[in-house]
Amino acid sequence: MSESVEDLLRQAKQDLAEAGDLTTLEGIRVRYLGKKGWFTQRLKELGQLSPQERPAVGKRLNEAREEFERCLEERRQILRQEQLERRLREEVLDVTLPGRSRGEGGLHPVSLTLHRIEKLFINVGFQVAQGPEIEDDYHNFEALNIPPLHPARAMHDTFYIDHHTLLRTHTSPVQIRVMEKGNPPFKVIAPGRVYRCDSDLTHTPMFHQVEGFLVDEGVSFADLRGILDEFLRAFFEQDVKVRFRPSYFPFTEPSAEVDIACMMCQGEGCRTCGQGGWLEVMGCGMIHPKVFEAVGIDPQRFTGFAFGLGVERLAMLRYGIDDLRLFFENDLRFLEQFH
Amino acid sequence: MRFSESWLREHVDPQVDTKGLVEQLTMAGLEVESVAPAAPVFSDVVVGEVLEVQPHPDAGKLKVCRVAAGERHAVPLQIVCGAANVREGMKAPLALAGAELPGGVKIQRSKLRGVESFGMLCSAKELGLSETAEGLWELPQDAPVGADIRSWLNLDDAIIELDLTPNRADCLSIEGIAREVAALFRTTWRSVVAEPVTPSCAETLPVAVAADARALCPRYLGRLIREINPKASTPLWLKERLRRSGIRSLGPVVDVTNYVLLELGQPLHAFDANHIKRGIQVRLARPGERLVLLDGQTITLTDDVLVIADAELPLALAGIMGGQGSAVSSDSRDIFLECAFFAPEAILGRARRYGLHTESSHRFERGVDPALQSRALERATHLLVEIAGGKPGPVIEASAQAYLPKRPPIRLRLRRIQSVLGTNLEVGEAEDILRRLGMQVEAVANGEWQVVAPSFRFDVAIEEDLIEELARVYGYEHLPRRIPVLRGHMQPVCEGKVELARVQDLLADLGYQEAITYSFVDPKLQAKLTPQLEPVALANPISQEMAVMRTTLWMGLLRAASYNLNRQRSRIRLFEHGLTFWREGDKICQVPKLAGLIMGAVAPEQWAQTSRAVDLYDLKGDVEVLLRLTGNLNDFRFAVAQHPALHPKQAAVLLRRRDKRICGWLGMLHPMLAEEWGFDQDVFLFELDQAILDAKKIPKFKPLSKYPAIRRDLALVVSEKTHAQDVLDVVSQELSDLLTGVTVFDVWRGEGLARGEKSLAIGIVLQHPERTLTDAEVDAVVAQVLQSLAEKFQVRLRG
Repeated sequence: MSESVEDLLRQAKQDLAEAGDLTTLEGIRVRYLGKKGWFTQRLKELGQLSPQERPAVGKRLNEAREEFERCLEERRQILRQEQLERRLREEVLDVTLPGRSRGEGGLHPVSLTLHRIEKLFINVGFQVAQGPEIEDDYHNFEALNIPPLHPARAMHDTFYIDHHTLLRTHTSPVQIRVMEKGNPPFKVIAPGRVYRCDSDLTHTPMFHQVEGFLVDEGVSFADLRGILDEFLRAFFEQDVKVRFRPSYFPFTEPSAEVDIACMMCQGEGCRTCGQGGWLEVMGCGMIHPKVFEAVGIDPQRFTGFAFGLGVERLAMLRYGIDDLRLFFENDLRFLEQFH
Repeated sequence: MRFSESWLREHVDPQVDTKGLVEQLTMAGLEVESVAPAAPVFSDVVVGEVLEVQPHPDAGKLKVCRVAAGERHAVPLQIVCGAANVREGMKAPLALAGAELPGGVKIQRSKLRGVESFGMLCSAKELGLSETAEGLWELPQDAPVGADIRSWLNLDDAIIELDLTPNRADCLSIEGIAREVAALFRTTWRSVVAEPVTPSCAETLPVAVAADARALCPRYLGRLIREINPKASTPLWLKERLRRSGIRSLGPVVDVTNYVLLELGQPLHAFDANHIKRGIQVRLARPGERLVLLDGQTITLTDDVLVIADAELPLALAGIMGGQGSAVSSDSRDIFLECAFFAPEAILGRARRYGLHTESSHRFERGVDPALQSRALERATHLLVEIAGGKPGPVIEASAQAYLPKRPPIRLRLRRIQSVLGTNLEVGEAEDILRRLGMQVEAVANGEWQVVAPSFRFDVAIEEDLIEELARVYGYEHLPRRIPVLRGHMQPVCEGKVELARVQDLLADLGYQEAITYSFVDPKLQAKLTPQLEPVALANPISQEMAVMRTTLWMGLLRAASYNLNRQRSRIRLFEHGLTFWREGDKICQVPKLAGLIMGAVAPEQWAQTSRAVDLYDLKGDVEVLLRLTGNLNDFRFAVAQHPALHPKQAAVLLRRRDKRICGWLGMLHPMLAEEWGFDQDVFLFELDQAILDAKKIPKFKPLSKYPAIRRDLALVVSEKTHAQDVLDVVSQELSDLLTGVTVFDVWRGEGLARGEKSLAIGIVLQHPERTLTDAEVDAVVAQVLQSLAEKFQVRLRG
């Protein structure tokens, strides 16, 4: 035993004090307490001492080791604290710089509008049905009480594929397709694309409609008024003024156009409503007995209503869009305004 | 139907202003499209009489006139005028100094080339009453000098335009609207007086309706009028009414027929009697017969078209348009006036076939009152004789009563009214409404009536028609509303499908913007994208660029991308869903698809990201995320394949493993096509069948293993020709249940490898559900995998 325990402990403490970081500190720990470390070695060598010497030397050695461990821990705490403080001091970011992004997309306003309409009707038990866009004359016209040459056909500028095949001019043929297949009661909405051979400032050759119909025993015009009133209020999330005005569709009777008080001018008359104060938003009526006959439903037993609304029109009013053609130009500056 | 309010008010005068009248019409289903003033705003314009015309001393084209302007101007006014038609004795509108003309023009006392002018003589155009002007507007000789033009011509009148629905043919006349207004306002109306005119000549013309035409023309009336004055002109009041209804004045005979058409709703036609050879025949055309119409077009007739012919040739297209050969001209002296009832079936579709739509065909198609012909003919005769003189002959009639439309009695039940309208309309109220509308109402039992509609109501045939009338006149706004009590079962919420809305949201979150593009596209451009598909062509497209239905959503997306590229956008991500269409034999396929397009930088420019252009794997990664929604990513696999629209080395087909069914495509737009479309960057596209969304796996819980997982990384050297997917398929197959994860974490070419080789670094994670795997076990299965790979693809481990 060349050096005294005290000398060594002094030396060890000095080492600890000089250690400037946790890695150095760990090296010092290994040097003194590791498998081959100074204290470990010395404690192993105790066996070589005489039984008389052993307790005293052992005691001193253990005390010194405990003292070292205490100092080591103390030094470690200090260094940790220093390290943490250094990190906190140095890891400076300008948190106001923008974050990384992959860019955000969004849904088309027609989709947003369709989704809301669907939700509102699904919530009260309607089902969603789909139909083909290339339709036959029967489903698009004849079954809807519009025989060939009927003047009402002039109201639909039809795209034809051939003599009896066409692009559906409205979503009403889905009404026929659903009723042909099933039995009342029906509570169905049918959203989708429709086509009219017409293109100018206020018409696009393609647009979207939602057809809705409810057929059951005891369904009346009062129900139609009630549900559409409620729908329009729910859609616009405000207490819109709704007006039912007599109109004519070959497949409903009585028929009505539904107007809402113009939101731009509160019904005072402005450019949007053409000074009239009212905006036409949908057509509707009680399903015509001839339509029921075409699909084999007894019109004396069942009654029902149907309505058809223009999706773009509602979207324009909801989002304040003033040009119908924007919907299909797909200008990103337009599309990106909707999420 | 456009008409002047004052004309209507001569027949019915409800105690409401224009606004109230218009509102009530609209709310009764006769939608008022517009209300416009009969004349634009102008003031201080009076009837002037030109007393003297002298040449202007300093201007060859100007004249100096003395114009009488009524009692308020004791001395005639000196007016300088440049109109060619100014002459002594004429009467014309005179704008006095201080007058304001349409467009804000102010008339002041002024000097024209040194001569003072105290006003201006006006043309009809200058007063906003005509589109064109042929000099001064010559007023009739009885115009009262000095009278204010506005009040003299009643120009403070409103022009009301109705947008009538096809069922309301009965309102295509002043009399019809008056009748309706009277019913709505519970007031009386005055019908047009049309006393029979006493013939002053006995001449007639033989008129015959062919046997097979009697159903189509059950009533034909006519009369000869000899020796009318061809120099006569239409009185101003009549011209004004025509003008306010949007009809041009074309001389007294035509003006009178147009006037009666507006007044009563009955189309009439006048022939030059001297061009009719040996009488009138109403018959079906013979196939191939030709006729030159009034508008100059020559048409070839078919045997379902009704014509008015003489003994030799067709003279007119019955109920639609007259022929040029027999038309009344400015020197016709003898005319034949026709007034018939043609059944709607005789006219429907015929005008449209020849590209025509006339006031006459519009009315006959929808139904003209079959009880009207005699009155209308007398009325027209009366007016014509009054205006142009002439000797009317007796009325010639060829009628087949049996074919005239009948209005059969309709049963109406109170109970039905209640069940359709959801209201208790009182019995008295219902009867009153129907009677006001001219219906004969007879109670046949308690709460049951028999109703007969008037002859002019072609739209009233069944009980619902009557209920509609009741609702309409009662007022929709007075009918009740209620929230329906909806009976029905709980609807299934199908978990076995991915909702389209979910996919839309996912793509939006992946940075795609949804597009909606037209379903019709340019056939030439599309043929290059999908030459293998036969497109569905439109018979009447809007344009050649929109002539066929899309076979692929890529057409719309490429177009939208190109549109935005031309607007300085270079980073574009778009998606669309919708139907695609093509022919397969006789069948038209309508298949819902979902497609996307990306181009430009992978992310928006940002300080902390290095920018790079998107590539195939960006697109594929998005598609994989999408497929994962189905919970069945492994039911699909991508394979190398060729698509005409895609780069031959950067195209993949998506196959359903089970049956190798093609479910979609992805890849880079073929560089040749990219150039044609004008893209200067690579464009990547995918298109999937929406059908893949219909099979979503409902999650089935697997217990979590308590035992550690072991990962092994393998560097596999394979030929460039070997596809990673094939290697991965073998790995998954061999390791089946033990494999919990596999990843390709590096692909390496170059140093240490031969040309034509690549190294795939694959990490596999193995885990046993019930025990810890030993190294020896793992070594064994990995060796097994390697052996399989070696056998199939000559795969070796990288040294």
